[in-house]
Formats: sequence, structure tokens, C-alpha cells
Amino acid sequence: MRLDARIPSGPIEKAWDECRFEMKLVSPANKRKYNIIVVGSGLAGASASATLGELGYNVKCFFFQDSPRRAHSIAAQGGINAAKNYQNDGDSVFRLFYDTIKGGDFRAREANVYRLAQISLNIIDQCVAQGVPFAREYGGLLANRSFGGAQVSRTFYARGQTGQQLLLGAYQALMRQVAGGQVKIFPRTEMLDLIVIGGKARGITTRNLITGKIESHVADAVVLATGGYGNVFYLATYAKGSNCTAIWRAYKRGAGFANPCFAQIHPTCIPVTGEYQSKLTLMSESLRNDGRIWVPLKKGDKRPPNEIPEQERDYYLERMYPAFGNLAPRDIASRAAKRVCDEGRGVGATGLGVYLDLTDAIRRVGRQTIMERYGNLFDMYKLITAEDPYEVPMRIYPAIHYTMGGLWVDYRLMSTIPGLFVIGEANFSDHGANRLGASALMQGLADGYFILPYTIGDYLAGATLEKVDADHPTCREIEQNVQITIKQLLSINGKRTVNSFHRELGKMLWEHCGMSRNAEGLQYALAKIPEMREEFWRNVKVPGSGEQLNQSLERALRVADFFELAELIVLDALERNESCGGHFREEYQTPEGEALRDDENYSHVAVWEYQGLDRRPLLHKEPLQFQYVLPSQRSYK
Amino acid sequence: MNLTLYIWRQKNPNDSGRMVRYEVRNVNPDMSFLEMLDVLNEDLTLKGEEPVAFDHDCREGICGMCGAMVNGVAHGPVAGVTLCQLHMRNFKDGDAIYIEPWRARAFPVIKDLVVDRSAFDRIIQAGGFISISAGSAPDANSIPIPKQIVERAMDAAACIGCGACVAACPNASASLFVGAKISHLGLLPQGQPERDRRALAMVEAMGQELFGSCTNVGACEAVCPKGIKLEVIARMNRDFLLASLRHRPETQTAGVG
Repeated sequence: MRLDARIPSGPIEKAWDECRFEMKLVSPANKRKYNIIVVGSGLAGASASATLGELGYNVKCFFFQDSPRRAHSIAAQGGINAAKNYQNDGDSVFRLFYDTIKGGDFRAREANVYRLAQISLNIIDQCVAQGVPFAREYGGLLANRSFGGAQVSRTFYARGQTGQQLLLGAYQALMRQVAGGQVKIFPRTEMLDLIVIGGKARGITTRNLITGKIESHVADAVVLATGGYGNVFYLATYAKGSNCTAIWRAYKRGAGFANPCFAQIHPTCIPVTGEYQSKLTLMSESLRNDGRIWVPLKKGDKRPPNEIPEQERDYYLERMYPAFGNLAPRDIASRAAKRVCDEGRGVGATGLGVYLDLTDAIRRVGRQTIMERYGNLFDMYKLITAEDPYEVPMRIYPAIHYTMGGLWVDYRLMSTIPGLFVIGEANFSDHGANRLGASALMQGLADGYFILPYTIGDYLAGATLEKVDADHPTCREIEQNVQITIKQLLSINGKRTVNSFHRELGKMLWEHCGMSRNAEGLQYALAKIPEMREEFWRNVKVPGSGEQLNQSLERALRVADFFELAELIVLDALERNESCGGHFREEYQTPEGEALRDDENYSHVAVWEYQGLDRRPLLHKEPLQFQYVLPSQRSYK
Repeated sequence: MNLTLYIWRQKNPNDSGRMVRYEVRNVNPDMSFLEMLDVLNEDLTLKGEEPVAFDHDCREGICGMCGAMVNGVAHGPVAGVTLCQLHMRNFKDGDAIYIEPWRARAFPVIKDLVVDRSAFDRIIQAGGFISISAGSAPDANSIPIPKQIVERAMDAAACIGCGACVAACPNASASLFVGAKISHLGLLPQGQPERDRRALAMVEAMGQELFGSCTNVGACEAVCPKGIKLEVIARMNRDFLLASLRHRPETQTAGVG
């Protein structure tokens, strides 16, 4: 596997311009001759499909939900960053770039991140023109707020529903292309394998979730925009259907998988209450702008929060990180919460929770203002917990929220398989070891509206593509393999449900490869996961048939892939003998308990190459060079 | 608590379907309604029966994928929430709960509680967008929009496309859904150039998809999990009427030279 990141030489401010100039163009008359498959309809997938359609390509967009508008980008609450500097508070493209590199703990590529910061400006323009109702000031201009880990106000937002509004903008643009005949959509259709012919990605094998029909779709290029794989942990803030199958199958067909162990744990989620729990709900971290996070000073203090006097509370983030306080980045805030809970000072019935208290803010700005800012979040919290946050502080605890790792891509968003492009959360590219708040929406849309549409043209213009159709022997062979897997799952008829296996796998990962990790625990998980996987294939019970809507079968196929991915995550975590961002290895910490990076040995992207199911994958390294933001220990004190 | 469920079971679109009775034991009041169904499905699976199919995804009230009639009310007894955010503490021990799919000619049942809502996508395709291609936008702050206007647009834009409005309406009208999109885009300056065209095309598409007409019953507003107001329907009717009066056939001779 050759890793050529194709980063343009020359000054970073000019890199994207130069790259765009160097890239070959496809003439308008020729664009209609090319077929492109996009898998996923979230911010990245919908924006890419719409834009490729606008340019004149023939696009097929696949997604497993009933409508493109259901994709989980819709659930992003807080906002989207852009270096507009509308607030005149010292923001700039360079500062957004700097913050993102530092926030990612120096494990992202400088050139990619710089481009992201540049494009952030265009995204806001585009979205406003589409009719995204961003919050505004009384003067009619756009409002901004500061968001987790930033000292400037660069976050644009639409109440607590920014992701929803951005996705609807992209969805509407996509629907316009569907109406115009440029894009064809395939709802309730799941990608189950990647078709590689002549060393190039040439299509996908899908299952129609209603009829169970297995089909091949061929194209000149394939774009995966299938999101992150955090559901491998079972309990996460992801949608229930989010899965790793598309990127995992691509990995098994030769795409490098980068930094699989980099998962983000979000500090402000509603704590777990019971075994039946199916998912975790995020409370936007914008609440941290006005909320103060605390636990009792004394261990095991079971008094109700209102009865604990001020001097017996520990506002631990304000104490530990005075400069950033409650706004410390996500990885830092999550670990701090775990630490105080491990000390026995956690709150709530399980002791796995901390208070997020807006009492002071309500006193300062009034209940009305707080209601305007966070009303919908408070309502949601009350619905789930039956507690009123206006009266009692909220209880929060960290949960899996985003995966920075993903398929390796070069500067042009192409994976190690020519013709296979990966965009949005599904790739590894821009967030290093930790993503800053309000940056996921920015990256998804940057990739889809403004990067991929150029870079895919360059690939198509330069590639020699033999003519293939869906009757190609490779397509037939893959279809058969998929059929065999489905038959096998349906015929095991064991004694355990898919969910019970998934829950067990999730627990194993959360305990040994979650907020903090150590070699011993990782070794243990590495030994256990294959045993669990073996039991799954021997003892799972999947009712029904393959020729109908069968949600148990859908889950079984996804969980089967999660089992394999889990092993790679643990292996990657074990291989990375340092702490950085969301990856905290207990063996590597400063005396104050902060993450201790090892730039000498680990300033690289770890890229894994599949070698077969029971063989150790090969590790390749893409070294990271920092010319503009020199690595330093992240300090938020 | 223990509950008796009566759930609509229908194998496929051609099956006639029927209500089936299930007993669920030890339901935790903190569970969501869908988690309660998960528990039932786990039991059914282990007993060798086929679990109940139902749509869901985000389970935090925003994707719009879930929904069912619970005791005859879309999304169940609590106002302003989707089914995934309805918690079992809103029911009592011993309750009988009737669970059925959305019922509307435009939303055919696929299986059990799963219905086909692709008609909504086709209505949006007819005109629920602002025609602007990537790259051609002016600076985001070049057109100021009064805060009150953008807030009203946002109220309408909050629609999640779940279809509860259609399911609740005795006419199975999609007017709340269509009115919400017409209002969201029609309130904003960016949406003005296509305002007439949009209203005409979306209302026409709604009819083609076999949704009924609005007779001002208001059941849609009562069940809408996102609090979309009936006034969006008034706005839709006004925009449609004005657009009908102003309508001229589009010129066929564009593109001279």
C-alpha cells in the first residue's frame, strides 16, 4: 500500500488554489457521460450529490433510511464554525486553522485543515443563500456564539437545530437535482460491498431493504459518505442505524483505515439509566457557555444539589483549567468528568454523572433569556429524565459521539483504492485526535460542496476506465458472497439476539478502549473480541427471511462488521503508545494527569491494510509535518 | 409495570393485516416507547416469532423517521414529542395500548408499523427549494433579514417530515407539511424569486400524491411534535391564490444568442 497524500508544495495559503489549477477539468459536454455513486445522504453525501448533479454528472445516491433528510447530520445541535470574523473579535482563517490543528492534538494534516478553514467562508454564504435560517441580531445580520474550545465567536447556529437546518438545505438542493433528473435516489437501500475491477472502485453491491433484492450498481467513481462508526460502542449519540459496513467492506477490499482508535467522547450527554437503554442523548455543549459544571467536594455526598452549599462544591473545570473553564475542549472535559466520578464524587443513582448547573446564568440574565437560548434543550432533558432543569441542575456524563478515525484519504479525498472517494465523518482527514465543537458540519459541507466536486473531476479526466456493466463476473461473484453471508446468518438459529451481542461488544470496548485505555485492558479486549465474534456466528438468532423487510437481519449484518472493526480499533489503540486527544493511554500522562504526546515516535497517521480475517493487518505510517503550527503541549489552563 | 399491547401486524403491502395482542412485563417507567418495543421484540425473537417492524433512527426526536398511532393519537398522548421521546412514565400499570401505523392513502403500509412516505420527498422535489448552485452565493451578510422574520421562518423550518399531521387529519391532508415549507422559504428574501412558482408546484404535487384537502380541522397542529402552527396553511393558501392570479405561462423563447 502506497500512501501518497498528494499535498501541494509551496505556501499553505496558496496550496488549494494551486491544486485546483493543476487539476484536470472535465468539459461540460463530457460530464454527462460519467456516472458517480454516492453512498449516504447526510451533510457530506447530500451536498456532494447535489453539487455533482449541478455540475452535470449522472449521480446515484443510496441511503438506508426512507428519505435523505433522515441522515444523522440532522441531529447536530450546536452550530457550524466559519472564520468570517463578523464579530470583529480577532478571528481569521489562520486562527481557525490554528485552533483546529491544536484542538486535534497535532495529529491532523496541516494542508487539509488550512483548506477547511478557507472554505468555511463559502459554506456560510452557500447555506444562507439556500434559505438556512441562521440566528440573527436585531440589525438583521448573522449572530455568532463561541463554542467548546474556542475563544472567539465564530459559530453560526439555528437555535439548537443547526444540523437539521443545514441538512434540509442540502436535502432541498438534492431534491432539486432529483427533479431535474441529474440525481437518482435509492431509499431504503444498503451498501453491502464495494466492487473493485481492474484495481479501481467501479460500483457497489446493495440490498433493497424492502424486497431483500441484492443488486450491483456500476459507475466510474464511488463516493462513501456513510458517517462514523461510533455505534461499535453500542451506546452512543449516533442514530440507531449508523454503521460501519460501507467503510469496513471498502477496507476489506483494500482501502487503508486510518487512526481507528480516535473516537470522540462528548462530555455533555444524559447519563445511562438502565440495561434496556438503546442510545444516549446529547445535550448541546453550547450549554457550557452559560452552565457551570460541578460535583460535591466530598465523596459519596448524596444530598440533593440544592442543599449542597457553594463552599462544598467543586467546580472542577474552572479549578483545573482557569483560562478555558467550563469551555475546555471535549476530550479534556470528558476525562475530567471521568476522573471526579472515579474518585467517588459522581452524582445520580449510578454515581456516573456530574452537574451542569445554569442557576447562576438564570440569575444573571433571567429565565426568559435562558429559555430563548436553550429552551428546546431543557424541554428535551425534561422529557427524558422527568427533571426540570430550571429547578434542578442537569446531570450529564460523557458518551461516544464522533469518530475522527476513518478511511485514509489523500488531499484530494481519494482513498488508497483509485476511484473510491471518502468524505465527511467517514474519512479520517481533518480533526486529528480530537474534533472541536461545530467543526463536523463544517467538514461535511466543505467536502461535499467545495472539495470533492473538483477533485473527482480530476480523477475522471485522467483515468482510463474500461467499460463495465452489472453483469461483470466480479459483480456476480460479490452478489453471491453477499447472499451466502445472509443465508448463513439466517440459518444459525442460535439462542441470543443480535442486540445482546452488540451490547456485550459495546461494553467491552467502552471499558477497555473508552475514555482511558491501558495496555493490559487492550490486550484483554484483543483476546476476547474474537471469542465473542466466534460466538456470534455460532449462536445468534436472526428471525424471518432475506426476501422481505427484516430489521433483525439488517442489524445482524451491521453487527457482524462491528465485531471485526472493534478488533482493529483495539489493535490501533494498543499500537499507539502515547496519549493524544481522545486517545488517552494511562501509561502516558503528565504528573497532573494530562495527556502526554510522543511526537518523536507517533507524529503520524496510522494506516491499516487488511490481510485477511485472522491475520494481523499491516501498519503503514503517513508522517505528519508541522511547518505553521509547531507542536506544543495543549494547555487550556 | 405490566401492559397489554394491541399491535397492527401486516406482513407486506398486500396482506390485509390485523391487531395482535401482546403482554409485556416489567416495563421500566424511564424507558422510551421505542425501547419498550425493543424489549418486546427481543422476547418475540427468542420465542421464534417475528419481531414488530417499526421505523426509527435518531431516537432523539429530530430525524422524523419514527411514528405510530398510539391509542388513536399520532405519536401518543404527550403533546409536542415524537414517539421515540415518549416515555413509559406517561402510562399506568395495567394499561392497554393500541399501536397502529399512519393511515393515509398516500402513505401505504410496507410492513407492520412501517409506511412509505416518499410522497413527501416528491412534494419537495416539485419546488421545496431555492435554486442556487454551489459556488454562486453572495456574502452571507449581504442581505440583512429582520430577526422576527428569520425566527418565523425557523418556526416553520422546524418541521421534521414525520407525517403525523397527515395521519391525524380526517382528510389525510399534507397541508401542514407543505405550508411549513412554503412559509419557511417564502418568508426569507432568498426565497422570493421562486415564491409563486413554489406555491403552485407544491400544492399541485400534494394533490397528485392523493393527499386530501384542508378543511381547517386543526388535528395536524395538535399532534405536530415540532409545534408547527396552522397559520402556515393560511400562508400556503394565500401564496397559492396570489400566485394563481399572477400566473403567466413561462416564456418559451429564452436564451437569445
